[in-house]
Amino acid sequence: MEKSASKQPPPTTTAEKYRNNFLREVEDNVEEGEWVKMCIQCGVCSGSCPLGSAWEHPPQELFMMIRAGQREQVLRSDSMWMCTSCYNCIVRCPRQLPITHIMHGLANYAHRLGIAPAQNPTRRFAKIFWDNIAHSGRVNELLLSIKLYFMNGFGEGIRMAYHMAGMGFAMFKTGRLDPFGLFMHKGIDNAKELQTMLTKAREIEDRRRGLGLGVAVKAD
Amino acid sequence: MADVIASNETILVVGAGISGLTAALEAAECGKQVILLEKNPAIGGRVSQLYRYFPKLCKPACGLEINVRRLKANPRVRLITMAEVTAIDGQAGDYTVSVHIRPRFVNENCTACGACAEVVNQEIEDTFNYNMGTVKAAYLPHNAAYPQRYLLDPSLIGSPEAQAAKAVCKYDAIDLEMQDEQLQIKAGAIIWATGWKPYDAAKIQAYGYDRFENVITSVEFERMMDKYGPTGGRLLRPSDGKEARNIAFIQCAGSRDQNHLPHCSRICCMASLKQSTYLSEQYGQDSDARASIYYIDIRVIDRFEDFYRKVQADEKVHFIKSKVASVVEDSSNGDVILHGVNTEGYHRYANHHDLCVLAIGMQPSVPASKINGGIRGDSSGFIELDINNGAIFGAGCASNALDVNRAAQSATAAALYAIQTVNRVARAEQTMIGE
Repeated sequence: MEKSASKQPPPTTTAEKYRNNFLREVEDNVEEGEWVKMCIQCGVCSGSCPLGSAWEHPPQELFMMIRAGQREQVLRSDSMWMCTSCYNCIVRCPRQLPITHIMHGLANYAHRLGIAPAQNPTRRFAKIFWDNIAHSGRVNELLLSIKLYFMNGFGEGIRMAYHMAGMGFAMFKTGRLDPFGLFMHKGIDNAKELQTMLTKAREIEDRRRGLGLGVAVKAD
Repeated sequence: MADVIASNETILVVGAGISGLTAALEAAECGKQVILLEKNPAIGGRVSQLYRYFPKLCKPACGLEINVRRLKANPRVRLITMAEVTAIDGQAGDYTVSVHIRPRFVNENCTACGACAEVVNQEIEDTFNYNMGTVKAAYLPHNAAYPQRYLLDPSLIGSPEAQAAKAVCKYDAIDLEMQDEQLQIKAGAIIWATGWKPYDAAKIQAYGYDRFENVITSVEFERMMDKYGPTGGRLLRPSDGKEARNIAFIQCAGSRDQNHLPHCSRICCMASLKQSTYLSEQYGQDSDARASIYYIDIRVIDRFEDFYRKVQADEKVHFIKSKVASVVEDSSNGDVILHGVNTEGYHRYANHHDLCVLAIGMQPSVPASKINGGIRGDSSGFIELDINNGAIFGAGCASNALDVNRAAQSATAAALYAIQTVNRVARAEQTMIGE
């Protein structure tokens, strides 16, 4: 039997390992995190971000905060959740940092640790989308829309559904939306196998990162 | 009997800018025979296009004048203008260099009287002024050009205007039959001093050099200050000829950028600091003119630090720590608007300026990979000092991004390497002949 699983330290030990060294923690655990130290703080990413004014901490400030060891402020921030993957920053970065990917990596890491802002709409949408597609291997558009619209309560859901009715009908006409999706949704042929693969992938990723978060990774 | 080695003690210097001139004169003043090639019709290179040197703010004409005087006084230097190297054969101590010489259509009789230019109407791009204007197709490269001789642009040849120019010349200086020439030069060592060129600003897409008239480069800005330059020495912005009083300087335009030039061009910080002083010179100390310098970090080394402090103390010069994200144009008045984030405090800005000057990066005119089928250079194409390069030595900005002072130092070093090479070869030959 695999012994390594039982050997992995609990999450608290992981955090202890990186005490006062948040940069190292990011390098080891965040996708493309090893690039953070390459930032020269020129600010071109922050200036190039089309949603920049909506961010509490633009990318280059996040990089500085990481180096300054501001772990809580970074991981609990909703800034990196604002990234829309327009890639402006990556194109202009003079050091060619994969900034978009780092932003998603940070968001993902915070989520896995269970400390990402719970009410952040991007995070909630991402969760809804992931659960939706991971379940059957194919997006159930009707269920996805309903869950998304009613995310903020019943009244808001009705309003949104009414607002988007035209779009829904157009999608139905072009075969992009199954009106019976609530009752039966045709996923991929063997969704169970997909789920096995996803579980295995997560295991490998956790092992590679030495996270040892195991089941806790599922996060709320 | 020992074979006589076909050696040559001549040193060939390619490029007669400040580095090539320095190297050629240092070698010649040490007693070596020197052939100095220049691609352009006049010597002086980029330095002749500067308005002022930093940090003393004196005029480059002064430094060039001294070198021209040394050149005129030294019989060991043979200067060939309008000449380009096409091939190099052989090895250290014994090179045969093929040179292509373009016709000037004007011979040594020329007194630079300018009569030919008066009868010629055809105009060509003014490359001396970075194409900011045009010149007559019969022209003197610039006022202080050495040699002080006119030339005719090849596009003029065969036209009635060329005949008119020939007819009007009192000194029989115009020779319309001049042809391209090929030359073979024997040399023991080669000093490669082809200098630098500004990075193609249009490639920095977000700054809109190719789209907005009022985004210019630092080298163009430098030409504006010249009394005989394209704007008659006034800081007039290209779109409407309005006086530019609120000027933005963007540092690292191309430099220190993996998408453009990976290296630091070294001169641009000091160049912008220098150019910020032009505003006081142009508009007076008490004017409302101001300069805004957008920078990642100001790289001024050793004694330049004093210059930086002096500029910092000038309240008309603002420093914004930020790599500008993008430049857009206000189409109503031609102003440029700079967008970005000031990283000191993370303040988002959209600043309006009359004119935006890109402190453009420096790249080698001829990368090392294009010399003699490829010699050792660094990742940016600057020539490295390498045993595998034989006796081809880089000097000045062909070897690194350097300011004028350091280019001259580098040229002196290259001259010494070349002298050592030819001396070594000469000694070996004497030994063999002696046997």
